[in-house]
Amino acid sequence: MARRPGFMTYALLAAFVLGSVFPLYWSFVIGSVTKESAAASTPPLVPGGHFLENAHRVFHQIDFWSALGNSVLVSGIAAASVVFFSTLAGYAFAKLRFRGRDPMMVFIVATMTVPTQLALIPMLKEFSNMGLSGTRAAVILPWVVTAFGVFFMRQYLVDALPDELIEAARVDGASMFRIFWSVATPAARPAMAILGLFTFMQVWTDFMWPLVVLQGSDVQTLQTALDQLKIAPGQGIADMALLQNGTIMATVPLFLLFIVTGRQLVTGIMQGAVKG
Amino acid sequence: MIDNTSASAGTAAEAAPAEAAAPVRPRLTLRQRLSHLDTKVSPYVYVLPFFVVFLIIGFYPMAYSGYLSFFSWPRFGVTHGPGVGWANYSHVLHDPVFRKALVNTFGIFLISSIPQIIIATIVAALLDNELRGRTWWRMSVLLPFVVAPAATALIFGSLFADRSGLVNDALHGLGLSGVNWHSNRPASWLAIATMVNWRWTGYNALILLAAMRAIPGELYEAASIDGAGRVRQFLSITVPGIRPTLLFVIITSTIGGLHIFTEPRLFDTNLQHQGGANYEYQTLTMYVFNTANSATNPYPRAAAATWIEVLLIIAVSLGSFLLTRAAQRRSS
Repeated sequence: MARRPGFMTYALLAAFVLGSVFPLYWSFVIGSVTKESAAASTPPLVPGGHFLENAHRVFHQIDFWSALGNSVLVSGIAAASVVFFSTLAGYAFAKLRFRGRDPMMVFIVATMTVPTQLALIPMLKEFSNMGLSGTRAAVILPWVVTAFGVFFMRQYLVDALPDELIEAARVDGASMFRIFWSVATPAARPAMAILGLFTFMQVWTDFMWPLVVLQGSDVQTLQTALDQLKIAPGQGIADMALLQNGTIMATVPLFLLFIVTGRQLVTGIMQGAVKG
Repeated sequence: MIDNTSASAGTAAEAAPAEAAAPVRPRLTLRQRLSHLDTKVSPYVYVLPFFVVFLIIGFYPMAYSGYLSFFSWPRFGVTHGPGVGWANYSHVLHDPVFRKALVNTFGIFLISSIPQIIIATIVAALLDNELRGRTWWRMSVLLPFVVAPAATALIFGSLFADRSGLVNDALHGLGLSGVNWHSNRPASWLAIATMVNWRWTGYNALILLAAMRAIPGELYEAASIDGAGRVRQFLSITVPGIRPTLLFVIITSTIGGLHIFTEPRLFDTNLQHQGGANYEYQTLTMYVFNTANSATNPYPRAAAATWIEVLLIIAVSLGSFLLTRAAQRRSS
């Protein structure tokens, strides 16, 4: 709609954006001053010169780099897996005919409304029986393929992949998987990129499951490492400079990803809304 | 394409006169049969991984929770004791801490979801203009979404710190007294709801913006000619136009909001993780978590609490779906 916005529109939006940015700025300020200034009853409003010093104290308290490595690894593998298996299933639901297809799809959508992740304890016992508790594999496993991923890829492929292309490949004698690989995935690529990006962020920011399954283990993700930083005796809550420093450092990687892919994220959210 | 195996399979079939009743079948080469099998079986193979994963991380844990919730658990035991009927459910439902957690969860949910949806709708309407630097604005409102809930909780825990927090400092600056954000129940809810609102408002605004972009421009032109102002247009064209999307946003924020865990857990300043010294902001999910670490019947009681929470979430999602739909029907 071609409406020219006035000054008020920009002012209100700017106020909203300021509110979005300010807490991050505040965290950076507190993470860059001394422990004592951070605890003062009149808090500082401009950054100090102690960021690196605080960062060293964070590295001393938690294994930051190993947690960062784990987060990258776990989120990367999970994203690749969700993209592959969701595209495969989404393609089957969108384009192949088989008995039970529609009831199965309804079932998958229905599972999205049941928060099964709340059954943490049986899940934890199940994983320790499999010898997986405290491993990266345990963090990845719930993310091999998701109901949302299957639904999202199905919605995309229904329109994006013409049936004639599949027919033509079939006439040429291509196998089913060959058709999926050479005909369906090229058509699905934009949606695959968006799904991969979102899954990566979801796994990266996930807290409850890694907290439970990695409890007491050397393997930690960035999120659970922040929890450890907070509960370290006499450190976390009593030492806001340390805690905010760790928080900012743990946020930087996704912030960089956002700068590179923010445009796609916006498109993804807006497309998902129209389709879903 | 005829290799030896398929050729011999063909001859073997032709040699059996009993099978002449189905004349097409015997002429199929092995390759054709394999291709037929490929077409029949592949779809099931493609959708199988979802069902396997669902069995492991969805169905089994929920079913086992249901089973376990009817048993006792011996102290330091490795497996469940004798059955106790509905005793675990009755214990949870009569537990004053559970009731507090229930009220806390709904309190936090209401003050996070309602303002969030209203502000998201307004922000979406602001973005639904011919803005200069359109992409930049859209990205900017999404920024908090990349901050993990754990980091969000720690940042706002510092802003809402009782002694050295900026919010209390600002209140002092205005000549008001500071608020005990960690021990005043409604205040703690507000602090936690602020974290949720901060992270999700921009995200929901983009979803609503997409719905607004789909409203035909002629509707607004016609309304302008009829002399309707901006606010009038917003209320009688924009809001009705985004109703289905609004419903979607409400349902997803219900499902997400009711099992809130990360924010209250990391907002906590005591190390028992009970959500405040007097359970001021313990939520249902925290309750499940803590029950599993308690002394008496830990796992069965946690399992019972899990099922109660899951049924509550389904009921409330369904309720808000029906309620929103009824409200939309009435006003249209």
